[in-house]
Amino acid sequence: MSWTADPRVEQILARYPDKKSAVMPFLYMAMAEHGYLTDEAIREVSELVGMTSVQVSSIATFYSMYKRERVGSYLISVCTSVSCAILDAADVLHAIEDEAGVPAGETGDDGVFTVEHVECIGACGGAPAVQVNYELIEGVKEDKGRELVRWLRDAAPDTVLGDEMQALFGGQRSFEWGPAEGEGATGPVPALDALGTTGGSS
Amino acid sequence: MKILTTRMEAHPTDSHTLARHRATGGYEAARHALTSMTAEAVHEEVKASNLRGRGGAGFPTGVKWGFLPPDIRPRYLVVNGDESEPGTFKDRQLLERDPHQLIEGIIISAYAIDCHEAYIYIRGEYPRPARRIERALAEAYDAGLLGRNLFGTGFDLDITLHLGAGAYICGEETALLNSLEGERGYPRIKPPFPAVEGLYAKPTIVNNVETLSNMPWIVENGGAAYAAIGPEGSAGTRLFSLSGHVKRPGNYEIVMGMTFGEFIEEYGGGVREGRAVKCFIPGGASAPWFTGDQLDLPITIDDVGRAGSMLGSGAIVVMDETTNVVHAAHSIVNFFAHESCGQCTPCREGTSWLEMVLARILRGEGRPIDLDLLLDVSDNIAPGLGWPPKMTTICPLGPSAVSPITSILRNFRDEVEAMIPAEVPVA
Repeated sequence: MSWTADPRVEQILARYPDKKSAVMPFLYMAMAEHGYLTDEAIREVSELVGMTSVQVSSIATFYSMYKRERVGSYLISVCTSVSCAILDAADVLHAIEDEAGVPAGETGDDGVFTVEHVECIGACGGAPAVQVNYELIEGVKEDKGRELVRWLRDAAPDTVLGDEMQALFGGQRSFEWGPAEGEGATGPVPALDALGTTGGSS
Repeated sequence: MKILTTRMEAHPTDSHTLARHRATGGYEAARHALTSMTAEAVHEEVKASNLRGRGGAGFPTGVKWGFLPPDIRPRYLVVNGDESEPGTFKDRQLLERDPHQLIEGIIISAYAIDCHEAYIYIRGEYPRPARRIERALAEAYDAGLLGRNLFGTGFDLDITLHLGAGAYICGEETALLNSLEGERGYPRIKPPFPAVEGLYAKPTIVNNVETLSNMPWIVENGGAAYAAIGPEGSAGTRLFSLSGHVKRPGNYEIVMGMTFGEFIEEYGGGVREGRAVKCFIPGGASAPWFTGDQLDLPITIDDVGRAGSMLGSGAIVVMDETTNVVHAAHSIVNFFAHESCGQCTPCREGTSWLEMVLARILRGEGRPIDLDLLLDVSDNIAPGLGWPPKMTTICPLGPSAVSPITSILRNFRDEVEAMIPAEVPVA
């Protein structure tokens, strides 16, 4: 079943006075299905929100989390903004690039990893910080960055869980996270059931 | 004295649940406001609290609400949870650990401004905070705390969670509104301000997560009690994000007025390995830096403003004496170059130039003219290089990239010059 037939589509449209506002959640839904934003995905979104494909494409390219090229099973994002930078984030990034065999900004030929450096992900108290499919790990040292890559390759988890990765590869946290969650990400899209549709029946 | 983090500290395992919220008095302030107070009375309490916005600009919240034109409906309330200012991670904790405190704050605020549709915009890189809000909203709807006829008063309120997708600029309120409307996140020219013409061209209040999380306490205890906390002009408690070279980084809720040095020692445990503070950023990456001899400055909005910087988003980044300030400045300038939306030429071109020049200095390829070049490009973005900056741009992002440049050239010029190799004479 195509994502366009997902009942959440109608729920999302109902939440906004103007259907154009649904373009962001729909781009996530399309990405979740296709793995990245194919031309077909852009066209599907444009039909639902009443924009041209060019308009939707212009929005998709504005936001860094919408990917117009195929990404690996595990999108590894390493923060290099100031609090991480002064705590040696560059070394963590290099270790991860080296272990994954993929330079930042690229995807490996086998499609397992995409590595990128990202701007501040709001984990400055747990610097250096890394995300895998947007699930956060704080206080990642160089050696743990390498272990993370090896673990992802070997264990090949279908769902990546932030709490599990934090326990295995993380260190200093920005704050106590509280109880562990059972939810995590299955691809390079933020793991959120309703993608913002939770709400009443207006 | 704590307001925002009381519940999460007392109940670390379940502070995010509706059951715990209710067991600790949750939604009683909202019930009281809706059933026993007029909207005007709630607004008066917020004005009396002297609460100033916690997103960065520090504008008085009650005054902002007062800018809504009286006769136009619908009105919208938009919650800014697009926290992305480097150094800042406080809203993340409030979203994750006490989502019902925020939702209750939204109910109170929506009632006060006669609004029935609210949106919470959370950055895409915050899936865990968004999940907590998503679940909390579902709990609140199931319990009849959102939707139709709240507390039997006939007041209706829907809250929709909207996820960003990786654009710092959407933390700027008008860019956020464009993003929410399904446009590129371009800041709008102000005026009109959102209170007059905001989301879908309707009157809109945009408030930060921390700002709204204070509302239950203000209703419960009264605006005057809130205003009595802390020094004049910096009322209430505030959640500061402390990061960098400190022993205990983290978010700390404090009453303003202590000095930066006291805060870094008492809460952060001092600088790692007993080193000295070389410099620190008092209010997020956009703020001009202070040096180690300014640690006696009190943490208040006005003291920091008078000293030529800002408390901004409440993010304090500490750099010890081993820090390469060009490296740190480059990281910040690179951030703004990456996040420039591209509308205004001085910012789009200027931030990239600043980044390239700093990068070549870092590579050991700097030229003697580079210091003047950095200032010249900066002056095109923020003429006069003063604080608060004059702007040649629609929004303050461009001038933000100038802050680290002036900070290092005014305080550490020798260090920058020392990184530039002597000019090789052309044969």
